[in-house]
Amino acid sequence: MSTTSSTPPVGEEVPQAPADDGPGGAGNVGPSDAGLQPGKLVIGVLGIAVSVWLIGNLFLAFAWYPQWFFDSKLLMGALGLVVGVGGAAVLFWFLNMAIEALPRRLEHGVMPYAFLLPGFSLIGLMLLFPTVQTIHYSFANRSSTAYVDPLWANFSSLFASGDFWSAMFNNLLWIAIVPAITVSLGVVVAVLADKLSSASEKWSKSFIFMPMAISFVAASAIWLTTVYGYRPPGEPQTAALNAIWVNWFGQDPASWLDIDTARLNSILLMVILIWLQTGFAMVLLSSAIKGVPEDTLEAARIDGASEWQIFWQVIIPQIWGTIVTVFITVLILVMKVFDIVYVLTNGRNNTDVIANMFFREMFTNRDAGRATALIVVLLVAIIPILIYQVRDFRKQEAMR
Amino acid sequence: MNAGRLKDGRQRSPVSMVTMLLLALLWTLPTLGLLVTSFRSRDDALTSGWWSAIINPFGTSWTLGNYTEVFERADMGNAFLNGIVVAVPATVIPIMFAAFAAYAFTFLQFRFKETLFIVIVAVMVVPIHVAFQPLLNLFGPNGLGISGQYLAVWLLHTGFGMPLCIYVLRNYMSTLPYSVVESARIDGCSNFQIFWKLVAPMAMPAMAAFATLQFLWVWNDLLIAKLFLSNDNTTVIVKLQQLLGTQGQGAELLTAGAFISMVLPMIVFFALQNFLVRGMTSGAVKG
Repeated sequence: MSTTSSTPPVGEEVPQAPADDGPGGAGNVGPSDAGLQPGKLVIGVLGIAVSVWLIGNLFLAFAWYPQWFFDSKLLMGALGLVVGVGGAAVLFWFLNMAIEALPRRLEHGVMPYAFLLPGFSLIGLMLLFPTVQTIHYSFANRSSTAYVDPLWANFSSLFASGDFWSAMFNNLLWIAIVPAITVSLGVVVAVLADKLSSASEKWSKSFIFMPMAISFVAASAIWLTTVYGYRPPGEPQTAALNAIWVNWFGQDPASWLDIDTARLNSILLMVILIWLQTGFAMVLLSSAIKGVPEDTLEAARIDGASEWQIFWQVIIPQIWGTIVTVFITVLILVMKVFDIVYVLTNGRNNTDVIANMFFREMFTNRDAGRATALIVVLLVAIIPILIYQVRDFRKQEAMR
Repeated sequence: MNAGRLKDGRQRSPVSMVTMLLLALLWTLPTLGLLVTSFRSRDDALTSGWWSAIINPFGTSWTLGNYTEVFERADMGNAFLNGIVVAVPATVIPIMFAAFAAYAFTFLQFRFKETLFIVIVAVMVVPIHVAFQPLLNLFGPNGLGISGQYLAVWLLHTGFGMPLCIYVLRNYMSTLPYSVVESARIDGCSNFQIFWKLVAPMAMPAMAAFATLQFLWVWNDLLIAKLFLSNDNTTVIVKLQQLLGTQGQGAELLTAGAFISMVLPMIVFFALQNFLVRGMTSGAVKG
C-alpha cells in the first residue's frame, strides 16, 4: 500500500532537465540527431504492420485451423505463450524504432502514448467497449436486435418482479454480513497470531491463508461434502452439521441448504465465502499491525492502558486505512458473488443473487435485454465504490 | 526460569495459542475431510463420516478408485491439460503489455497521464459480467468465430487482468531509483533499451507477484471458462461444476475431482506464498 519512495514524485519535472525542454522532461543530447529519419521510420512502421499481422493470424489459426498444429493442445499452448510474449516484445521494439525516427520533440510527445496503446487497446476491447455495449443492450429486446418500447421496459419489468427484489435483498444481506465479518475475523486472527512465537505464527497463518488457493467451486464441493450434506433419516449422516444435529441433539436430519427460515441457507453459503476470504484479510491486516510503531504501544502501556484499551485506541486507529481497503475489496467481491450460489442452490429457496439471476436470464431464459439490465443495476451500485477508489487513489498520490 | 516468555522476550499468551490452534484446525478440517473422503470407497464413505476415517484410519477401506474413475468418466486428464494451456499464456501475456504501459506511467511525462491512470483505477472495479453478452456476440460464429477456443479465453483474461497488472507494476516501478533511468537516458539508451535492460529486470518481484495472483485467478475461474470454452477445451473447474450438478450417482467422483482441481493452485500457493502476499499488499482490487 504505502510505498516509501526515494524517487522524485511522478509527474514532477526532473531537476537536471533543462527548463525549456517542455513536457519531454529528458531533453538530454542523444546519440542520434534531432531530425526525421525516413528509413528508420519506414522499417519501424513496416515492422509493426508485419508483426501485428503475423501474431494476429497465428492466433486466429489456433482457433480456426487446429489441425495445422496437429490438434496438439500442448503445442498450441506453448506456441501461444512464446508468440504472445515474444510477439509483444517485437511489436514494442518496432514501435520504439518507428517513433525514435521522428523528430526529437515529436518523439518525446508520442512515445508514452505508443507504450500505452497496446495495453489500452485490450482494456478498451475487453472492458470499455463491452460496458458501453451492455448499457446499450439493456434498452434492447431479448435478442439485442431492436430497442424495446418504451426504452426502459426491461428495467420496469425487472423492478416489477418479486424475484428481482428477492435477489436484491439477498445481495444486500451478503453485503451487510460478509465484508464486516471477514474483516473482523481477519483483525482477530492477525492480532492473536502476532502474539505467537514466529514459527507458530507462520504455520497457523499458513493454514488460515490456504483457502485463498481454492476455487469457489471446489470450496462449495468441500463444504457440501464435509459439512452441509444431507442423507435421509435412518441412514448414517456423513456430513458434520447433520451428524451433530442428529447424534447430539437427537433431531431429524435437515437439508440445510433448502431451509430459508431467517435466510439460513443464504447465511450458510456466506460462511463458505468468509472461510475463503479471511486469510486474505488476515494477511493484509497482519502486515499493517506489524507496521504499528512499538513505541506507541510502549507509551500506552506506561500510561497504564489495558491490552483491550491498547487494541481499540492505539492499534485500530493506526490500521484503519488497511481495514477500509480490505473491506472494499471483499465488498466488491460480494456484490458480484456468483459461483457459490450457482453450484450449490442455483437460487432455489430464496438464495438467488443478482449475478446468478443474470446468468439464468441470459442462458436459461435467453433474454439478453433483462440480463444486461441486471448488469446495469450492478454497475450503478458499483459507482459509489468506484468514486471512492478514485478519490482514495488521488489522496495517496498526493502523499507520495 | 523464563517459561512464561518467548525467545524474543515477549510474554507467552496461552489464550492466543489455544484460539489460534482451534482456528487453524477449523480452517483446515473441511479440506482435510474432503481429501480423506476422496480416498475412501463409495460404500465406506456412505456408512460413516469423514472424521471416523481420520480417527480410525485402519478401520477404513482406502482406495484410489475414485481418482482412476474420475479420470476415465469425467475426462479430468484432458481438462487438467486444458487448464494449464489456458492459464499459463493468460498469466504471462498480460504482463508484457502492462509492463510497457507501467513504464510509461512511471518514467515518462505526458499530458493526460493522471486521467489515463485514473481510468485504470476505475476499470479495476468494473464487474466482468459486463463483457459477456457483447463479447459472446463479437467472438461468436457471427463475429470472429473464436468462441469455444483457447484464444477467446486468453484474450479475455489478458484484457481483464490488464488494469490490475498495470496498477501493480506501476506502484512497484515508482519505488525504483529514478536516477538509474535518468543516467541511462543520458548515456543515450532508447526507452525500449531502458525498459528491457534496466526496469523490467528490477520489476521482476512485482511481475512474479501479479503472475501468482493471476494464475490462481485464471485457474479457479468458472464463468469465463464455462461461457467461452467448448466442452473439449474446458477446464477442471467447469468439469467439477458439472460433477456438482449431477450429485447422487457421482458423490465419490466429486471429492476426487475437487482435489484434482486444487492440486496445482496449492503447489503454486505454497511455493510462491511470499509473492502472493506481496501482490496483495500492493493495494490491488480486482473487479
